[in-house]
Amino acid sequence: MKKSIMVPATAFAAASALLLSACGEAPEESSNGGGEASDFKACMVSDSGGWDDKSFNQSGREGLDKAKEDFGIEEALAESADDSDFGPNVDNMVQQGCDLTFGVGFLLEDALQEAAEANSDMNFALIDSTFSDGDGNPVELENAKPLVFNTAEASYLAGYLAAGMSESGKVATFGGMQIPSVSIFMDGFADGVDKYNEDKGEDVQLLGWDKEKQEGSFSGDFENQGQGQALTEQFISQGADIIMPVAGPVGLGAASAASKSDGTKVIWVDSDGYESAAEYKDIMLTSVMKEISTAVYDTVEAAKDGNWDAKPYVGTLENEGVGLAPYHDFEDQVDDGLKKEVEDLKQQIIDGEITVESPSTPQQ
Amino acid sequence: MTDQPTAAATGTDTATGPSGPKSPATPDGPGSGGSSGGSGNGGSTAAGGPDSTQGTIIRRILSSSTMVSVLSVVIALILGGVLIAAANREVQATLGYFFARPTDFFVTVFRTVSEAYLALFRGAFIDWQASSFVRAVRPLTETMVNATPLILAGLGIALAFRSGLFNIGAQGQLILGAILGGYFGYAIGLPPVIHFLFALLMGAVAGACWGGIAGFLKARTGANEVIVTIMLNMIAGYLLAYLLKQSWFKQTTSANPATRNIDESAFLPQLLPDPFRLHFGFIVALLAVLFVWWLLERSTLGFEFRAVGENPNAARTAGISVGRVTLLVMVTAGALSGLAGASLILGTEAKLTGGIAGTLGFDAITVALLGRSRPLGTLLAGLLFGAFRAGGYLMQSQTGTPIDIVLVVQSVIVLLIAAPPLVRTIFRLPAPLAKETR
Repeated sequence: MKKSIMVPATAFAAASALLLSACGEAPEESSNGGGEASDFKACMVSDSGGWDDKSFNQSGREGLDKAKEDFGIEEALAESADDSDFGPNVDNMVQQGCDLTFGVGFLLEDALQEAAEANSDMNFALIDSTFSDGDGNPVELENAKPLVFNTAEASYLAGYLAAGMSESGKVATFGGMQIPSVSIFMDGFADGVDKYNEDKGEDVQLLGWDKEKQEGSFSGDFENQGQGQALTEQFISQGADIIMPVAGPVGLGAASAASKSDGTKVIWVDSDGYESAAEYKDIMLTSVMKEISTAVYDTVEAAKDGNWDAKPYVGTLENEGVGLAPYHDFEDQVDDGLKKEVEDLKQQIIDGEITVESPSTPQQ
Repeated sequence: MTDQPTAAATGTDTATGPSGPKSPATPDGPGSGGSSGGSGNGGSTAAGGPDSTQGTIIRRILSSSTMVSVLSVVIALILGGVLIAAANREVQATLGYFFARPTDFFVTVFRTVSEAYLALFRGAFIDWQASSFVRAVRPLTETMVNATPLILAGLGIALAFRSGLFNIGAQGQLILGAILGGYFGYAIGLPPVIHFLFALLMGAVAGACWGGIAGFLKARTGANEVIVTIMLNMIAGYLLAYLLKQSWFKQTTSANPATRNIDESAFLPQLLPDPFRLHFGFIVALLAVLFVWWLLERSTLGFEFRAVGENPNAARTAGISVGRVTLLVMVTAGALSGLAGASLILGTEAKLTGGIAGTLGFDAITVALLGRSRPLGTLLAGLLFGAFRAGGYLMQSQTGTPIDIVLVVQSVIVLLIAAPPLVRTIFRLPAPLAKETR
């Protein structure tokens, strides 16, 4: 009985809601908004992570969207579902006359390189990787610009900070997959911890990464948060109290595990985790930031204004392409002396007094 | 409605089958069972149940008419249109003032949906907006390029379906084919022609071995081929990931998980000059269609395959070794899927990466189902899915329609094919007559 009343009632409610929402005013014709329109067309092809990967595809697109808004340029996007999509997607961008086409990630390298060689009148940019020939030797192209990030410099600071903040004397890191753009974070972090031990005569241990052997803990992909949680629980049970997950969204699993254990803190990567993973902001010590969207934005601006150059863009502490996020809620807990030391280290790296080395450092 | 007694009869047959001393498959059972003979017997009897239901499912899928396949595509396109419209921002905006100016809504819906489908068509067949003649006809060849691995792997699955085996392992067999085909493409130097033929052959062999494992386990131990092939898919995926970390395998200085490019001589020959990508692999796929047709329809072995597919117990009684057939079917199916993987890397991709296979092995299942497990049907279904893929690129980049829509259209097709009565009800088609009536 109840059911028979409920069904028409809900139907009526739904219908009236639809009706009400459909009663808006029709807009005036020809409301051509937006600043000065430009016929410059910038395009972007994702890798199989897709636009909502909370990592480089997403940041890349954010930069492009911002450029579209600010400069009034045209934009075209293509998401790749698997590896055989890269070639056709890039080819489509060329066919629609994109002045500048971005590819996200090292997997796009071959497709972009091929397109760049065949279309000298168009420009291309590759995010997070450089160009190389079939045997892996670097090549330079007139119309293709690699956008890479020396994140080791920023994670060096994070390693130093983590070592200084750790109460248990153990810190940890893990990656999503063992690829250069991930292990470079871990190398810098390891060196930062070593630097702290050297300067202070302490013995803070790093779990999850051995820089010498280039071996460590990896969750296996950039999707499985449960795996990130399990790895982090392992580290916590071994005594680590500061964790740096370098695994995109998998880091959320790490943050979840860390939030359940008192006093455990997380160092986020890529973006400022205090904002992008706000549900865990009270455990975000800081973040190692990689300004992909700024690099994309700047590249579009330069190309649009005719200032294109194919010189590799390498994000460093000096040009603020990489950096450490503010401490936010931990502002008061981080010792002023430690803050100063981190600042000094940053300056020394910028001045070239300290070089952070990693086998994964992008060639300049 | 006479379904029940038939199933029961089959059940009894299966129960008595293995215990009959003259049954050709019997030596297999005790041979491998050894000391645990009792439990082994119990296992095979129990396996009879799911086996026969599986058989009916496959048979039912096969019995769906061509009409159903075509209409499924039509319904899927209509549903896809609704989704395209629903996902479009402009359409959502016009819905807000539907009653103030309803024409806006209909005009926008029509424009959005037709633009998306036209782009799909232009990307898959002929692009009349292209800059040159070559570019205008290129989409058709792209459809063939995309269809090549789907047809090859689809044939492997169709062949197994016809023989009563649910081969979910095309993905793993394809990955193995890509691994070995690719490896012999760059690791060894051979004269032109011989090189790519050898690499292609190695891909087929790798796929055949991988498929053979599942066939052997099924034939020897009665292991369920669905579970075995799915697990082999996982193993193949992680094997690839492992190999991509080994420098002896990758043969490149780059630290990225990708191998060296294959040698010039290992590339499958282009059938047309650049910018066309159509390669020899498509010819291989066509030859494979012919081969599978001949195998199934004209050869003695194929007759045995089909006999086992129709009714394994009757086949056994007729003196056909079901175990041998199972093994051979999986080896052949694996070889076809292995060829698909090898043609992918030797034809277009040039290097191995972790995602080389994408979801091809699973799309191929759809292709085989849509093609009603017939060689020609698989060819046509493969071309259709190749067209979806090729057109999807253009649709996405030019009209901003999410690529997911294409995937949804594909999924709806499968869904409808799996439920033929639904399509028949929608279009008020009569139920299939005569021999299929139960």
